[in-house]
Amino acid sequence: MSAPILVLYAHPRPEASRVNQAMAEAVRDLDAVAVRDLYSLYPDFHIDVPAEQTALKAAEVVVFHHPLQWYSGPPILKEWIDSVLLHGWAYGHGGTALRGKRVLSAISVGGKSEAYQREGFHHYTVPDFLRPYERTATLCGMTYLPPFVFYGSYSATEMDVHRHAQEYRQHLLALASAPQGAR
Amino acid sequence: MEEQGFLLSAFFFLAAAVVVVPFARRGGLGSVLGYLIAGVLIGPYALGLVRDPEEILHFAEFGVVMMLFLVGLELEPAKLWRLRIPILGTGSAQVVGTTLAIAALAMMMGQPWQTGVAVGMALAMSSTAIALQTLNERNLMNTPGGQSAFSVLLFQDIAVIPILALIPLLALHPVTAVADHGDALGGAPWLRALTVAVFVVAIVTGGRYLLRPIFRFIARSGVREIFTATALLLVVGIALLMQIIGLSPALGTFLAGVVLANSEYRIALESDIEPFKALLLGLFFISVGMSINFGLLIDQAGLIVAIVLGMVVVKLAVLLLLGRLFGIPKAQRLLFAFLLAQGGEFAFVLFQFAASEGAVAPEVAEMMVVVVALSMVLAPLMMVLLDRYIQPLLRDPQQKRAEDKIEAHGQPVIIIGYGRFGQIVGRFLLANGVGTVILDNDPDHVEVLRKFGVQAFYGDATRIDLLEAAGGDKAKLFVVAIDDAEKTVATVEAIRLRFPNAQVFARARNRDHVYELWAAGVHQAKRETFDSALSMGRDALVALGEHPYAARRRARLFANHDEQVLAEGFKVRDDEESLVKLSRQSRDQLEKLVAIDRGNARPEREEGWGD
Repeated sequence: MSAPILVLYAHPRPEASRVNQAMAEAVRDLDAVAVRDLYSLYPDFHIDVPAEQTALKAAEVVVFHHPLQWYSGPPILKEWIDSVLLHGWAYGHGGTALRGKRVLSAISVGGKSEAYQREGFHHYTVPDFLRPYERTATLCGMTYLPPFVFYGSYSATEMDVHRHAQEYRQHLLALASAPQGAR
Repeated sequence: MEEQGFLLSAFFFLAAAVVVVPFARRGGLGSVLGYLIAGVLIGPYALGLVRDPEEILHFAEFGVVMMLFLVGLELEPAKLWRLRIPILGTGSAQVVGTTLAIAALAMMMGQPWQTGVAVGMALAMSSTAIALQTLNERNLMNTPGGQSAFSVLLFQDIAVIPILALIPLLALHPVTAVADHGDALGGAPWLRALTVAVFVVAIVTGGRYLLRPIFRFIARSGVREIFTATALLLVVGIALLMQIIGLSPALGTFLAGVVLANSEYRIALESDIEPFKALLLGLFFISVGMSINFGLLIDQAGLIVAIVLGMVVVKLAVLLLLGRLFGIPKAQRLLFAFLLAQGGEFAFVLFQFAASEGAVAPEVAEMMVVVVALSMVLAPLMMVLLDRYIQPLLRDPQQKRAEDKIEAHGQPVIIIGYGRFGQIVGRFLLANGVGTVILDNDPDHVEVLRKFGVQAFYGDATRIDLLEAAGGDKAKLFVVAIDDAEKTVATVEAIRLRFPNAQVFARARNRDHVYELWAAGVHQAKRETFDSALSMGRDALVALGEHPYAARRRARLFANHDEQVLAEGFKVRDDEESLVKLSRQSRDQLEKLVAIDRGNARPEREEGWGD
């Protein structure tokens, strides 16, 4: 049986990453989780659409796992969304392939959570910045779960990172064992 | 000509052509008129520099034969089949209609009906040499009017055979003169027809199954002039064969051309025969100019001019009527009619024959020869008239049509050399629907390619005339992908000179070769192994555990840096010391860049994505 959770991991410099790489490593061995490292699979950005659609179909939960840079995800994730979520397949007339699945954004940001407030440094909350992903999921008939966010990666200690990675592992396990919505 | 010496005659011919033709061309009169004027100038009635135009005319008629061979080469059998209605329908209607109209006129002028018909048939012929030369010169061959005119000319070529058979039947009183033309085989008509059929089949099958292996064998021998000799041998041989069985040599070589139109040797044959054809045709026009009997012309000026004008008007009227009947587009009808309104070179032969057979009185025949020659002089002038004064009135639709067709003729890309390198470029372009013409000098190679339906031709593409024949004028891009480094540079130089508006890409052996190609004016030079070697280096990094995206970045970094150094090296390419220094510097630079990318060194500005 294929894994119910599909992690789309997008990090352009995993070798320089502290938080996200640790998170990915923490879930890679789980039977319930399949990690697709998009930058590793498609270094030239030429995405294998049928392969991605097959992986999507097999999953119950889709995780967009990436850092937030300039208030958005890495470019390959946009390329992935544009090429894979096609009209007539993911949305629009006859586009029902993803209906009923759940979507989770697993995000890390450099600033502390106080900075992501209306009156904070960035003026908006992380869910505000994630609106495009939320709408994308909704348009495809999927449920957009509350994002799983790691704040303050700039100032995080090794312990913080380790703890967060373990929490990420538990979070995904919980999602896998608690099916929700249409099946 | 003997006592004068061959060299001296040749000198006068060439000098006249060289002096007069460029001026005629400049003045918009076309080269044909230029040659004719040159002929008049050196002929017996002006300067009298060359005698015996008849003999030269005979020899020069071979230019027409070669021209039809070339026309055949351009005409694939399928295309010829598409033209069957214009050839048989329009062609026969033109010959019969013109003959009858002129015969009627001649009878009104008091000639017996036999003479009328004989003169009509002779004057119904148009000049293949003039019409085709005009079509080619103006690039009108692929217009509807041009195609129809060509079809009619082709039918006239065929019609000469039955006409030669008919003329003896038109004799006014039995003559004992032996026919020296045509009926060499004699015998019953059905036997003749059978002979003709057998020879046509022989040429077609021989061309298909014999000529190509022969050409392949010759090409493989690699002696270029022997290939030219083989091409000439083919044309001369077929012409001789046709003369023996009493057929038009032009028709025979035309057939041979059609048979070879699909072969990989088409372009090589074209560029080999073309110069001979052009010179002989020039000679032909010169000798027509020389043979105009000015004595007779001056004596009977009024009558002759009247006959010339009458003939042209009758031919024009018949052609315009046919143009309407056979649905030639309105704007093209005038072109069609004007192209064919003159008398043809066959008329010279036919009048000679008709006089000897007693169908036409000798003095009439001689006058008619002057008429035909004059109408040939008139032909280019009529084209000028059509171009400058008549056509502007109906310009637009024709213009558009002509351009479309030409576009379909030439391809945007010419790939020179289809080995390991050119093949990949070609296959890629083909997959993207880009039309390409491929030239390669390995006959076996070309043979294989054509089996796969690739438009490939045999030939040494360093010859610029071959590139011209391959449609170089219409190409947007040349890809020079041959193995030989020196030849590549020479080819690039030649292309830049001859086709300055086209882009030239070339395959380079190494750094120094790139510099040579840049100096030759190439637009892009690619080192043949660089990309694949770098790609393998990138794979190696991944195999050693580097992240694929990082490996990609490093490869890009390396390539960009290398190209930069290549460009810098070009400036100091002749100075060994500077080059060594540059290469050492660049190695250090690259190491630093990679270190920054790996995160081992601090860049001047820090990039994000550190989470």
